[in-house]
Amino acid sequence: MAQTLSAKVPPGRLQEKWDTYKNQIKLVNPANKRKHTIIVVGTGLAGGSAAATLAELGYMVKSFCIQDSARRAHSIAAQGGINAAKNYPNDGDTIWRLFYDTIKGGDYRSREANVYRLAEISNEIIDQCVAQGVPFAREYGGHLDNRSFGGAQVSRTFYARGQTGQQLLLGAYQAMSRQIAAGQISMYERREMLDLVVIDGQARGIVTRDLVTGEIERHAADAVLLCTGGYGNVYYLSTNAKNSNVTAAWRCHRRGACFANPSFTQIHPTCIPVSGDYQSKLTLMSESLRNDGRVWVPMKKGDTRAPRDIPEEERDYYLERRYPSFGNLVPRDVASRNAKYACDEGRGVGNTKLAVFLDFRDAMQRLGRARIEERYGNLFEMYERITGENPYEVPMRIYPAVHYTMGGLWVDYELMSTVPGLFVLGEANFSDHGANRLGASALMQGLADGYFVIPYTLGNYIASTPLSDVDITHDAFTQAEKDASARISKLLSVQGTKTVTEFHRDLGSIMWDNVGMSRNAECLESAIGLISSLRKEFWNNVKVPGDRTYYNKNLEFAGRMADFLELGELMARDALMRNESAGGHFREEYQTSDGEGERNDEDFAFVGAWEYRGRDSEPMLRKEDLEFENVELTTRSYK
Amino acid sequence: MSHTMTIHLRVWRQAGPEARGRFVAYTVRNVNSNMSFLELLDVLNEKLIHNGDDPIEFDYDCREGICGSCGTVIDGVAHGPQRRTAVCQLHMRHYNDGDTIVVEPWRATAFPVIRDLVTDRSAFDRIVEAGGYVSVDTGNAPDANTIIIPKEELENAFDFAACIGCGACVAACPNASASLFTGAKIAHLAGLPQGKPERKERVVAMVKQMQIEGFGDCSNHAECEAVCPKGISISAIAIMRREYIKAKISP
Ligand SMILES: Cc1cc2nc3c(=O)[nH]c(=O)nc-3n(C[C@H](O)[C@H](O)[C@H](O)COP(=O)(O)OP(=O)(O)OC[C@H]3O[C@@H](n4cnc5c(N)ncnc54)[C@H](O)[C@@H]3O)c2cc1C
Ligand code: FES
Repeated sequence: MAQTLSAKVPPGRLQEKWDTYKNQIKLVNPANKRKHTIIVVGTGLAGGSAAATLAELGYMVKSFCIQDSARRAHSIAAQGGINAAKNYPNDGDTIWRLFYDTIKGGDYRSREANVYRLAEISNEIIDQCVAQGVPFAREYGGHLDNRSFGGAQVSRTFYARGQTGQQLLLGAYQAMSRQIAAGQISMYERREMLDLVVIDGQARGIVTRDLVTGEIERHAADAVLLCTGGYGNVYYLSTNAKNSNVTAAWRCHRRGACFANPSFTQIHPTCIPVSGDYQSKLTLMSESLRNDGRVWVPMKKGDTRAPRDIPEEERDYYLERRYPSFGNLVPRDVASRNAKYACDEGRGVGNTKLAVFLDFRDAMQRLGRARIEERYGNLFEMYERITGENPYEVPMRIYPAVHYTMGGLWVDYELMSTVPGLFVLGEANFSDHGANRLGASALMQGLADGYFVIPYTLGNYIASTPLSDVDITHDAFTQAEKDASARISKLLSVQGTKTVTEFHRDLGSIMWDNVGMSRNAECLESAIGLISSLRKEFWNNVKVPGDRTYYNKNLEFAGRMADFLELGELMARDALMRNESAGGHFREEYQTSDGEGERNDEDFAFVGAWEYRGRDSEPMLRKEDLEFENVELTTRSYK
Repeated sequence: MSHTMTIHLRVWRQAGPEARGRFVAYTVRNVNSNMSFLELLDVLNEKLIHNGDDPIEFDYDCREGICGSCGTVIDGVAHGPQRRTAVCQLHMRHYNDGDTIVVEPWRATAFPVIRDLVTDRSAFDRIVEAGGYVSVDTGNAPDANTIIIPKEELENAFDFAACIGCGACVAACPNASASLFTGAKIAHLAGLPQGKPERKERVVAMVKQMQIEGFGDCSNHAECEAVCPKGISISAIAIMRREYIKAKISP
């Protein structure tokens, strides 16, 4: 197999590639579409939009999700907004600018053609969502309102109060519901995909487990779309929903799909800090708060005065000081790292000293409490509910938390993985955000993939690929089911002394300490050893309660944990391989004299895609060289 | 700014849909006041697992009050004592040392128990499938700003769109009616120009499905509004009735 991967980017000018592609692909005869069954795993923004759209086109769709309803996918929790290059505010935005900001924001580790297509499609997404009844914020005149978000210098973010993800997901869910009623989508809730079935080198189905009855089921199809979200929960604590996991993607990886840039993780700067060891997840405070809030810590180490008693001249507004032109709006990776430094220096605040202030005092003086309440009311309420503190009166305490994974299964321009017929959409793929994702661009990508990219690229695959008749009695299904079942038996049979959660916490702290905001070769090497021994311990000492024939959350988590234990090691390997700093991947050995990350475009302008080679062999690194024909690789500077 | 306490729990345990359920008493010590209620159950479950017992099953995902997965009746109130708060956002600082808390699943014919505190709420999905959408295929949309919606109208519709579909309204209703849930979707879509063309068929189909699923009728107890974690107003039900009558008078 070739060492390098080709993304099959269409020829021609960047601005014309997507049109060129659409002009040249093969189309599926409308009457034939219903002869094709397509499996869509996941009902978040990517899976929901894909399932609905493919069903509208006439394909027979089978959709799967872990939650009890498609409407509850993790996408529901997105707060801040979704980008588009509409330029409604007339402030100079263009498709090019959105493309450029995204590729620069990703620190030049993403593929030009994909990112440009994303920017191009962004506008159609807004149109589609509005037509569905998504209540985006409006101006008094009735037109759509935009705000600036996460470091952008134009206002291009559409938002629906602090519930943008919820409203977008309900739009997709409702579109799905319409197709379920029409008989085009069969919906399988409370199901977990446990394996991918590959026949004659093509993805032809999946094996799932009914989480209520425990039964293992087989589903055959002509193509499989994996829309299963990100794997931030490998760190145990993250802002991801508790069911977010890597299992579906990891199982595909083991069946031949390359895993790209696994170590590219986004640590979000504004989350509510950990309060104790019982902590089960972390809550994001939307970064839109940084539009009006000012981040600071005391100048003095170990200052325990109440924030209001610390006079102005003894406060360090460190982001404004270090980055005068972007100030509090520097990208996420920069903001997070600086919070970590402030705390490492002993200037952290609150009980744990692992927090910095996000202060609205000045904004309230400037705009009045009512304006602040209108903008952030529900976020302030949420903060108070969790911490018991009133942010109108005392500054918020925030700290970075794992939030998003830019890495994921490698896909080509058509969103197809290295397994033909296996497409990967949304956060589960690696495609558009490079080494750092800009705010409000994940929702955009998920919906772009599902509403506007996959209908074309899947059609091209179906129309141009010979597919043999396959059904669930094929040996490959029997084998996959057997394997999945054996794994469950094994998990239940260990009956050791340590719970799944205890293992997960241990893995989380190894990952956070060694493969977190700041990494070095020594830590990464030690992480590989630690994870590998934790994995051995897991299989010898995990205690999974109950049985497999009924609803058993711990059994579900045990299976996911086993996969996280393999993924974690790959993440460390990937971070160790990448001898440069890029975006959220900060290697201490590679920094400038003033502490900013230093990229190495000479040697590392590539996507690192890992191929699985069996449990006992090391994975093989394959590369996709990134060619930049349209943008100049500059140093990201937010000073 | 935190303290610890001892909490006694009486939790509904039921092995499966057909099994008989019962309350089981537990005591958890060293409960930190900053813990969430679900974290309290986590801590208890860890203890149960170590003792070789089956942990208590309960639904959750986001733990941020937005996905609508969680939901238990706490001391007789759906989602517990704090208003406008889903149980995943309820924190132990609202309790005192030595308190006893009674925890039960949603109880409604249309929401059968799956195990312990986990119920089957798929009836809600079927109500939406009956018509809770705007029929617009991908690619058919005009430029977003060609649809002008006055801010106030939009905000009113949004108040109903905010529903998280948790089912607390049903659990709280003496008739186990799904009127607030159904009304909220109808009011959201009927309140926007995009939803107007299909408003008549929508309300008729959704109301019919609600009845097929075995939910009761609304007799204006307003318990639903009181427990709704998103504060959805029962005016949704009035709108649903109005829409329904209009649809029936001139179909
Ligand atoms: C708190 C928070 C706020 C955010 N805010 C924003 C924002 O303002 N703007 C923005 O652009 N982005 C935001 N993001 C990021 C964004 O929400 C996500 O990246 C995006 O929603 C992911 O969508 P998805 O469809 O790829 O996956 P998800 O929404 O995670 O959906 C995954 C789906 O896959 C299913 N699934 C997973 N594994 C399996 C399996 N093994 N078997 C069967 N089904 C499976 C799940 O049930 C689910 O249906 C935010 C993220 C968080 C955590
Ligand atoms: S767990 Fe999502 S609303 Fe409570």
